[in-house]
Amino acid sequence: MCRDCGCSLTPESPARIVEVVQDLLCENDRIAAHNRAHFDAHAVLAINLMSSPGAGKTALLEATIVALRSRVRIAVIEGDLATDNDAVRIRAHGVPAVQITTGAACHLDAQRVHEALHQLPLAAIDLLFIENVGNLVCPASFDLGQHRNVTLLSVTEGDDKPAKYPVIFRASDLVVLSKTDLLEVLDDFDPQRAAAALRGLGGDTAMICTAVRRAPAIAAWLAWLDAQLHGRAGDYRRVPVRRPLSVPAARRSGV
Amino acid sequence: MHELSICQALLNQVTCISGAAGAGRVERIVIEVGPLAGVEPGLLASAFLVMRAGGCAAEAALIIESAAIKVACDACGSVSAALANRLLCALCGGYRTRVICGEELRLLRVELRPADAAHAVN
Repeated sequence: MCRDCGCSLTPESPARIVEVVQDLLCENDRIAAHNRAHFDAHAVLAINLMSSPGAGKTALLEATIVALRSRVRIAVIEGDLATDNDAVRIRAHGVPAVQITTGAACHLDAQRVHEALHQLPLAAIDLLFIENVGNLVCPASFDLGQHRNVTLLSVTEGDDKPAKYPVIFRASDLVVLSKTDLLEVLDDFDPQRAAAALRGLGGDTAMICTAVRRAPAIAAWLAWLDAQLHGRAGDYRRVPVRRPLSVPAARRSGV
Repeated sequence: MHELSICQALLNQVTCISGAAGAGRVERIVIEVGPLAGVEPGLLASAFLVMRAGGCAAEAALIIESAAIKVACDACGSVSAALANRLLCALCGGYRTRVICGEELRLLRVELRPADAAHAVN
Protein backbone atom coordinates (compact mmCIF):
# COMPACT_ATOMS: atom_id res chain seq x y z
CA MET A 1 0.00 0.00 0.00
CA CYS A 2 1.37 3.38 -0.94
CA ARG A 3 2.28 5.43 2.10
CA ASP A 4 3.82 8.35 0.28
CA CYS A 5 1.27 10.08 -1.89
CA GLY A 6 -1.87 9.34 0.04
CA CYS A 7 -3.50 7.50 -2.85
CA SER A 8 -4.69 4.74 -0.57
CA LEU A 9 -6.48 7.16 1.71
CA THR A 10 -10.14 7.45 0.92
CA PRO A 11 -13.02 8.92 2.91
CA GLU A 12 -13.72 5.35 4.00
CA SER A 13 -10.25 4.73 5.38
CA PRO A 14 -10.65 3.46 8.93
CA ALA A 15 -10.42 5.88 11.76
CA ARG A 16 -8.11 5.09 14.60
CA ILE A 17 -10.16 3.77 17.46
CA VAL A 18 -8.95 4.37 20.99
CA GLU A 19 -10.62 2.21 23.63
CA VAL A 20 -10.72 4.17 26.85
CA VAL A 21 -13.27 3.02 29.46
CA GLN A 22 -12.61 5.87 31.83
CA ASP A 23 -14.97 7.42 34.32
CA LEU A 24 -16.14 10.77 32.97
CA LEU A 25 -15.71 12.31 36.40
CA CYS A 26 -12.29 10.79 37.08
CA GLU A 27 -10.67 14.21 37.45
CA ASN A 28 -13.26 15.24 40.03
CA ASP A 29 -12.76 11.88 41.76
CA ARG A 30 -9.01 12.42 41.89
CA ILE A 31 -9.44 15.76 43.65
CA ALA A 32 -12.11 14.27 45.92
CA ALA A 33 -9.67 11.56 46.99
CA HIS A 34 -7.14 14.29 47.71
CA ASN A 35 -9.70 16.12 49.87
CA ARG A 36 -10.48 12.88 51.70
CA ALA A 37 -6.78 12.37 52.36
CA HIS A 38 -6.66 15.88 53.88
CA PHE A 39 -9.63 15.04 56.12
CA ASP A 40 -8.13 11.74 57.19
CA ALA A 41 -4.73 13.27 57.92
CA HIS A 42 -6.42 15.69 60.32
CA ALA A 43 -8.98 13.20 61.70
CA VAL A 44 -11.84 15.31 60.39
CA LEU A 45 -15.19 13.64 59.74
CA ALA A 46 -16.68 15.26 56.62
CA ILE A 47 -20.41 15.12 56.00
CA ASN A 48 -22.04 16.20 52.75
CA LEU A 49 -25.49 17.62 53.51
CA MET A 50 -27.92 17.62 50.60
CA SER A 51 -31.60 18.45 50.06
CA SER A 52 -33.97 20.47 47.93
CA PRO A 53 -33.94 24.25 48.58
CA GLY A 54 -35.61 25.20 51.83
CA ALA A 55 -35.61 21.77 53.48
CA GLY A 56 -33.84 23.19 56.52
CA LYS A 57 -30.18 22.29 56.10
CA THR A 58 -28.88 25.51 57.62
CA ALA A 59 -31.42 25.46 60.45
CA LEU A 60 -30.41 21.89 61.31
CA LEU A 61 -26.75 22.92 61.30
CA GLU A 62 -27.46 25.85 63.61
CA ALA A 63 -29.23 23.59 66.10
CA THR A 64 -26.43 21.03 65.79
CA ILE A 65 -23.77 23.63 66.52
CA VAL A 66 -25.64 24.84 69.61
CA ALA A 67 -25.95 21.27 70.87
CA LEU A 68 -22.41 20.09 70.16
CA ARG A 69 -20.08 23.06 70.20
CA SER A 70 -18.97 22.53 73.80
CA ARG A 71 -17.48 19.14 72.93
CA VAL A 72 -17.07 18.95 69.13
CA ARG A 73 -15.13 21.41 67.02
CA ILE A 74 -17.33 22.10 64.00
CA ALA A 75 -16.79 23.97 60.73
CA VAL A 76 -19.04 24.45 57.74
CA ILE A 77 -18.54 24.90 54.02
CA GLU A 78 -21.59 26.58 52.55
CA GLY A 79 -22.53 26.16 48.89
CA ASP A 80 -25.04 28.60 47.45
CA LEU A 81 -25.92 29.97 44.04
CA ALA A 82 -25.77 33.51 45.37
CA THR A 83 -25.49 35.33 48.73
CA ASP A 84 -23.54 34.36 51.81
CA ASN A 85 -26.61 34.49 54.03
CA ASP A 86 -26.20 30.94 55.27
CA ALA A 87 -22.50 31.39 56.10
CA VAL A 88 -23.39 34.52 58.06
CA ARG A 89 -25.96 32.51 60.04
CA ILE A 90 -23.36 29.85 60.84
CA ARG A 91 -20.64 32.34 61.82
CA ALA A 92 -23.10 34.01 64.21
CA HIS A 93 -22.73 30.84 66.30
CA GLY A 94 -18.98 31.30 66.53
CA VAL A 95 -18.15 28.53 64.07
CA PRO A 96 -15.88 28.97 61.03
CA ALA A 97 -17.84 28.97 57.78
CA VAL A 98 -16.49 29.29 54.26
CA GLN A 99 -18.90 30.40 51.58
CA ILE A 100 -18.66 28.96 48.09
CA THR A 101 -20.82 30.99 45.75
CA THR A 102 -21.43 28.77 42.75
CA GLY A 103 -23.09 31.35 40.51
CA ALA A 104 -24.99 29.43 37.87
CA ALA A 105 -23.58 26.06 38.92
CA CYS A 106 -26.14 23.83 40.57
CA HIS A 107 -23.78 21.71 42.66
CA LEU A 108 -20.47 21.70 44.49
CA ASP A 109 -17.57 19.79 43.01
CA ALA A 110 -14.35 18.53 44.53
CA GLN A 111 -12.26 21.41 43.21
CA ARG A 112 -14.47 24.07 44.78
CA VAL A 113 -14.38 22.24 48.09
CA HIS A 114 -10.61 21.89 47.84
CA GLU A 115 -10.26 25.64 47.42
CA ALA A 116 -12.47 26.19 50.45
CA LEU A 117 -10.40 23.78 52.56
CA HIS A 118 -7.42 26.09 52.32
CA GLN A 119 -9.40 28.66 54.29
CA LEU A 120 -10.16 26.28 57.16
CA PRO A 121 -7.93 25.30 60.11
CA LEU A 122 -8.37 21.55 59.60
CA ALA A 123 -6.14 20.71 62.57
CA ALA A 124 -8.64 22.47 64.83
CA ILE A 125 -11.77 20.76 63.41
CA ASP A 126 -13.41 17.45 64.34
CA LEU A 127 -16.53 17.65 62.20
CA LEU A 128 -16.91 19.41 58.87
CA PHE A 129 -20.32 19.88 57.30
CA ILE A 130 -20.41 20.61 53.60
CA GLU A 131 -23.83 22.16 52.95
CA ASN A 132 -24.40 21.47 49.27
CA VAL A 133 -26.46 23.63 46.92
CA GLY A 134 -30.18 23.04 47.43
CA ASN A 135 -30.90 20.58 44.64
CA LEU A 136 -31.94 16.92 44.61
CA VAL A 137 -30.41 16.12 41.22
CA CYS A 138 -26.98 17.47 40.45
CA PRO A 139 -25.08 17.15 43.78
CA ALA A 140 -25.57 13.37 43.75
CA SER A 141 -23.09 12.91 40.92
CA PHE A 142 -20.09 14.64 42.46
CA ASP A 143 -17.85 13.12 45.09
CA LEU A 144 -16.45 15.91 47.26
CA GLY A 145 -14.22 13.78 49.47
CA GLN A 146 -16.83 13.42 52.20
CA HIS A 147 -17.12 10.39 54.47
CA ARG A 148 -20.90 10.44 54.73
CA ASN A 149 -23.82 11.65 52.65
CA VAL A 150 -26.90 12.92 54.46
CA THR A 151 -30.04 13.95 52.59
CA LEU A 152 -32.82 15.98 54.20
CA LEU A 153 -36.44 15.50 53.20
CA SER A 154 -38.76 18.07 54.75
CA VAL A 155 -42.31 17.08 55.48
CA THR A 156 -43.55 20.06 53.49
CA GLU A 157 -42.36 18.18 50.39
CA GLY A 158 -43.92 15.05 48.95
CA ASP A 159 -43.45 11.76 50.74
CA ASP A 160 -42.67 10.15 47.37
CA LYS A 161 -39.45 12.15 46.93
CA PRO A 162 -37.17 9.09 47.31
CA ALA A 163 -38.98 7.46 44.37
CA LYS A 164 -38.78 10.64 42.30
CA TYR A 165 -35.10 11.28 43.02
CA PRO A 166 -33.65 7.79 43.43
CA VAL A 167 -30.09 8.72 42.58
CA ILE A 168 -29.55 11.11 45.48
CA PHE A 169 -31.48 9.07 48.04
CA ARG A 170 -29.56 5.93 47.08
CA ALA A 171 -26.34 7.82 47.65
CA SER A 172 -27.38 8.68 51.21
CA ASP A 173 -26.03 7.08 54.35
CA LEU A 174 -28.84 8.71 56.30
CA VAL A 175 -32.12 10.38 55.38
CA VAL A 176 -33.32 13.08 57.77
CA LEU A 177 -37.01 13.90 57.80
CA SER A 178 -36.98 17.56 58.76
CA LYS A 179 -39.67 19.94 60.08
CA THR A 180 -41.55 17.01 61.61
CA ASP A 181 -43.12 19.42 64.12
CA LEU A 182 -45.33 20.42 61.18
CA LEU A 183 -46.70 16.91 60.65
CA GLU A 184 -49.65 17.61 62.91
CA VAL A 185 -50.91 20.29 60.53
CA LEU A 186 -50.01 18.47 57.32
CA ASP A 187 -52.36 15.70 56.30
CA ASP A 188 -50.66 14.75 53.04
CA PHE A 189 -47.22 13.65 54.25
CA ASP A 190 -46.98 10.14 55.64
CA PRO A 191 -43.55 9.25 57.09
CA GLN A 192 -44.36 5.57 56.52
CA ARG A 193 -44.85 6.19 52.81
CA ALA A 194 -41.55 8.09 52.70
CA ALA A 195 -39.83 5.18 54.44
CA ALA A 196 -41.41 2.72 52.01
CA ALA A 197 -40.25 4.77 49.03
CA LEU A 198 -36.74 4.82 50.48
CA ARG A 199 -36.83 1.06 51.12
CA GLY A 200 -37.84 0.55 47.49
CA LEU A 201 -34.40 1.81 46.49
CA GLY A 202 -32.75 -1.18 48.16
CA GLY A 203 -30.22 -1.11 50.98
CA ASP A 204 -30.94 -0.30 54.58
CA THR A 205 -30.53 3.46 54.69
CA ALA A 206 -31.80 4.75 58.02
CA MET A 207 -34.41 7.50 58.24
CA ILE A 208 -34.72 9.69 61.33
CA CYS A 209 -36.98 12.59 62.29
CA THR A 210 -35.87 16.07 63.30
CA ALA A 211 -37.48 19.38 64.18
CA VAL A 212 -35.68 22.56 65.17
CA ARG A 213 -38.32 25.26 65.45
CA ARG A 214 -41.58 24.85 67.37
CA ALA A 215 -40.77 21.65 69.23
CA PRO A 216 -37.05 21.03 68.85
CA ALA A 217 -36.17 17.34 68.50
CA ILE A 218 -32.76 16.43 67.18
CA ALA A 219 -31.73 13.69 69.63
CA ALA A 220 -31.74 10.97 66.95
CA TRP A 221 -29.62 13.14 64.69
CA LEU A 222 -27.11 13.88 67.45
CA ALA A 223 -26.95 10.19 68.32
CA TRP A 224 -26.21 9.33 64.70
CA LEU A 225 -23.47 11.97 64.58
CA ASP A 226 -21.97 10.65 67.80
CA ALA A 227 -22.01 7.13 66.40
CA GLN A 228 -20.10 8.32 63.34
CA LEU A 229 -17.63 10.25 65.46
CA HIS A 230 -17.09 7.90 68.37
CA GLY A 231 -19.14 4.74 68.25
CA ARG A 232 -18.32 1.35 66.82
CA ALA A 233 -19.11 2.76 63.40
CA GLY A 234 -16.97 5.72 64.34
CA ASP A 235 -13.82 4.59 62.64
CA TYR A 236 -15.15 6.26 59.56
CA ARG A 237 -11.92 5.99 57.70
CA ARG A 238 -12.28 2.23 57.47
CA VAL A 239 -15.85 2.28 56.23
CA PRO A 240 -16.15 2.60 52.47
CA VAL A 241 -17.70 5.83 51.31
CA ARG A 242 -21.22 5.07 50.38
CA ARG A 243 -22.21 5.24 46.80
CA PRO A 244 -21.47 8.71 45.63
CA LEU A 245 -21.91 7.91 41.99
CA SER A 246 -18.57 9.14 40.92
CA VAL A 247 -16.76 6.60 43.05
CA PRO A 248 -15.71 3.73 40.79
CA ALA A 249 -17.60 0.47 41.24
CA ALA A 250 -14.49 -1.29 42.48
CA ARG A 251 -14.43 0.94 45.55
CA ARG A 252 -18.16 0.67 46.04
CA SER A 253 -18.29 -3.08 45.94
CA GLY A 254 -17.79 -3.52 49.65
CA VAL A 255 -20.84 -1.44 50.52
CA MET B 1 -27.70 21.55 34.60
CA HIS B 2 -24.69 19.54 35.76
CA GLU B 3 -24.66 18.01 32.27
CA LEU B 4 -22.59 21.07 31.29
CA SER B 5 -19.92 20.18 33.85
CA ILE B 6 -19.93 16.57 32.74
CA CYS B 7 -19.73 17.55 29.07
CA GLN B 8 -16.74 19.73 29.86
CA ALA B 9 -15.06 16.82 31.64
CA LEU B 10 -15.76 14.64 28.60
CA LEU B 11 -14.29 17.18 26.18
CA ASN B 12 -11.21 17.59 28.39
CA GLN B 13 -10.61 13.84 28.28
CA VAL B 14 -11.18 13.63 24.54
CA THR B 15 -8.85 16.56 23.91
CA CYS B 16 -6.11 14.85 25.93
CA ILE B 17 -6.55 11.56 24.05
CA SER B 18 -6.65 13.26 20.67
CA GLY B 19 -3.61 15.38 21.46
CA ALA B 20 -1.62 12.38 22.71
CA ALA B 21 -2.45 10.50 19.50
CA GLY B 22 -1.55 13.46 17.30
CA ALA B 23 -4.90 13.15 15.61
CA GLY B 24 -6.32 15.72 13.25
CA ARG B 25 -9.86 15.51 14.44
CA VAL B 26 -12.23 13.42 16.45
CA GLU B 27 -14.94 11.63 14.48
CA ARG B 28 -16.92 9.74 17.06
CA ILE B 29 -17.10 9.65 20.82
CA VAL B 30 -18.85 6.74 22.50
CA ILE B 31 -19.91 7.10 26.12
CA GLU B 32 -22.04 5.04 28.47
CA VAL B 33 -24.65 6.69 30.66
CA GLY B 34 -26.60 4.33 32.88
CA PRO B 35 -30.18 5.06 33.98
CA LEU B 36 -28.88 5.56 37.54
CA ALA B 37 -25.98 7.83 36.61
CA GLY B 38 -27.99 10.90 37.48
CA VAL B 39 -27.34 12.37 34.06
CA GLU B 40 -29.97 13.08 31.41
CA PRO B 41 -28.64 11.77 28.07
CA GLY B 42 -30.69 14.24 26.02
CA LEU B 43 -29.37 17.21 27.96
CA LEU B 44 -25.82 15.89 27.68
CA ALA B 45 -26.24 15.55 23.90
CA SER B 46 -27.55 19.12 23.67
CA ALA B 47 -24.70 20.45 25.78
CA PHE B 48 -22.24 18.60 23.57
CA LEU B 49 -23.55 20.27 20.41
CA VAL B 50 -22.81 23.67 21.92
CA MET B 51 -19.61 22.92 23.78
CA ARG B 52 -17.78 20.93 21.08
CA ALA B 53 -17.39 24.09 18.97
CA GLY B 54 -13.87 25.28 18.33
CA GLY B 55 -12.08 22.20 19.65
CA CYS B 56 -10.76 18.94 18.27
CA ALA B 57 -14.25 17.44 18.56
CA ALA B 58 -16.00 20.25 16.70
CA GLU B 59 -17.30 17.81 14.08
CA ALA B 60 -17.52 14.73 16.25
CA ALA B 61 -20.62 12.64 16.73
CA LEU B 62 -21.54 11.72 20.29
CA ILE B 63 -22.95 8.22 20.74
CA ILE B 64 -24.58 7.57 24.10
CA GLU B 65 -25.03 3.95 25.11
CA SER B 66 -27.07 2.81 28.06
CA ALA B 67 -27.53 -0.57 29.68
CA ALA B 68 -30.59 -1.65 31.63
CA ILE B 69 -30.46 -1.68 35.42
CA LYS B 70 -29.55 -4.96 37.10
CA VAL B 71 -29.34 -5.68 40.80
CA ALA B 72 -27.66 -8.53 42.64
CA CYS B 73 -29.43 -9.78 45.76
CA ASP B 74 -27.32 -10.41 48.85
CA ALA B 75 -30.09 -12.59 50.32
CA CYS B 76 -30.75 -15.08 47.55
CA GLY B 77 -27.79 -14.40 45.27
CA SER B 78 -29.82 -13.88 42.13
CA VAL B 79 -29.40 -11.13 39.55
CA SER B 80 -32.51 -9.44 38.24
CA ALA B 81 -33.71 -6.47 36.23
CA ALA B 82 -34.98 -3.47 38.18
CA LEU B 83 -36.43 0.01 37.78
CA ALA B 84 -34.61 3.15 38.91
CA ASN B 85 -36.93 3.66 41.88
CA ARG B 86 -37.64 -0.02 42.54
CA LEU B 87 -34.31 -1.69 43.15
CA LEU B 88 -35.51 -4.73 45.07
CA CYS B 89 -34.75 -8.32 44.13
CA ALA B 90 -37.29 -9.46 41.53
CA LEU B 91 -37.06 -13.04 42.78
CA CYS B 92 -37.22 -12.89 46.57
CA GLY B 93 -38.27 -9.28 47.06
CA GLY B 94 -35.23 -8.64 49.26
CA TYR B 95 -33.98 -5.09 49.77
CA ARG B 96 -30.34 -5.94 50.39
CA THR B 97 -29.39 -5.49 46.78
CA ARG B 98 -26.45 -4.02 44.96
CA VAL B 99 -26.72 -2.29 41.61
CA ILE B 100 -24.33 -4.12 39.30
CA CYS B 101 -25.37 -2.40 36.09
CA GLY B 102 -26.95 0.99 35.44
CA GLU B 103 -24.72 3.51 37.23
CA GLU B 104 -22.14 3.86 34.47
CA LEU B 105 -20.92 7.30 33.50
CA ARG B 106 -17.86 6.70 31.42
CA LEU B 107 -16.03 7.28 28.20
CA LEU B 108 -15.79 4.05 26.23
CA ARG B 109 -14.17 4.86 22.92
CA VAL B 110 -12.84 7.68 20.79
CA GLU B 111 -12.51 7.41 17.02
CA LEU B 112 -9.82 9.62 15.61
CA ARG B 113 -8.98 10.68 12.09
CA PRO B 114 -5.21 10.96 11.63
CA ALA B 115 -4.07 14.44 10.71
CA ASP B 116 -2.67 13.42 7.30
CA ALA B 117 -5.75 11.37 6.44
CA ALA B 118 -8.00 14.23 7.38
CA HIS B 119 -6.04 16.41 5.06
CA ALA B 120 -6.21 13.89 2.19
CA VAL B 121 -9.92 13.38 2.60
CA ASN B 122 -10.60 17.04 2.49
